[in-house]
Amino acid sequence: MSAHTDVHAAHDGHDHHHDPHGEHHDDGIGHVSLKGYMIGFVLAVLLTAVPFALVMSGGLKDSGTTALVILGFAAVQIVVHMVYFLHMNAKSEGGWNMLALIFTAVLVLITLSGSIWVMYHLNHNMMPALMDPRNLP
Amino acid sequence: MSDAKSYDTYNTAAAPLRFHQETEHHPENGTLLGFWLYLMSDCLIFACLFAVYGVLGRSYAGGPTGAEIFELPLVALNTSLLLLSSITYGFAMLEMQRNRVNGTLVWLAVTGLLGAGFIGIELYEFGNLIAEGNGPQRSAFLSSFFTLVGTHGLHVSCGIIWLITLMVQVKRKGLIGPNKRRLWCLSMFWHFLDVVWIGVFSFVYLMGVLP
Repeated sequence: MSAHTDVHAAHDGHDHHHDPHGEHHDDGIGHVSLKGYMIGFVLAVLLTAVPFALVMSGGLKDSGTTALVILGFAAVQIVVHMVYFLHMNAKSEGGWNMLALIFTAVLVLITLSGSIWVMYHLNHNMMPALMDPRNLP
Repeated sequence: MSDAKSYDTYNTAAAPLRFHQETEHHPENGTLLGFWLYLMSDCLIFACLFAVYGVLGRSYAGGPTGAEIFELPLVALNTSLLLLSSITYGFAMLEMQRNRVNGTLVWLAVTGLLGAGFIGIELYEFGNLIAEGNGPQRSAFLSSFFTLVGTHGLHVSCGIIWLITLMVQVKRKGLIGPNKRRLWCLSMFWHFLDVVWIGVFSFVYLMGVLP
């Protein structure tokens, strides 16, 4: 509770200094900081550059490993963008943002893995029989 | 008896505080929460398109493979443009926070130009592919590729139109409350598109050129 009050005091102080028109709390909106953006940007550049360098230099011989590394970097970079650019945290909008995000993430996961899994097996089971000349009319 | 009494005192002391907190941040944020929900539903559209690409991405129908047609240097350039536009939009937000109209407009313009560069390069890439006969009708792989990347490009184009609209509004009305709210929504939209692009360059381009 006291932490919340502190945040508020800081908030009011800020409005006092920087808002000459006195229209305050149009937001309820979050605050952005140069530091946050710069951290996010540097991390994003690193996380982008490494997989590109990896693929363009042909660094890893094994495609499977490379693919896993690329996906790993992508996942981390998505989190970095969410936190530093989209300002996600568990508290914004009273937690509803996070809840919607988690719900969407679950749906995305089901859609992606489900489609690829099912269609892969479908191909796997159907194709050989069709390709086999003995089964062709 | 005295226990019950002290409990009562505690209750009346605690209740108004909680009430205060709840009314504090509820009604003002409706737009941002709603916009966030829109972004999440947009995310589902992209998830479907990614799934389609995941399923069809290796069905070449005798046509070219990703390794043959993707030009990674061009994609790297495109990626850096979009990444730079994210940070310049961040600078615009910082200027907005300081209530500097001109600074905000300048950074928004830079963001718009970077976005336009991104679209330009993408159209150039698409144009080349189609000119070589590798248009969306060539194979299932290319159909899903054009649909996924094209939908993203369409979103960025809409973002640029929105950005120009907002620049005009900020220019005419200044950084009033509603304009700040709109800039926040566009900020979320723009950064969200960058997040989708991470998926595109990782899943489509980088993994597509792997042997």
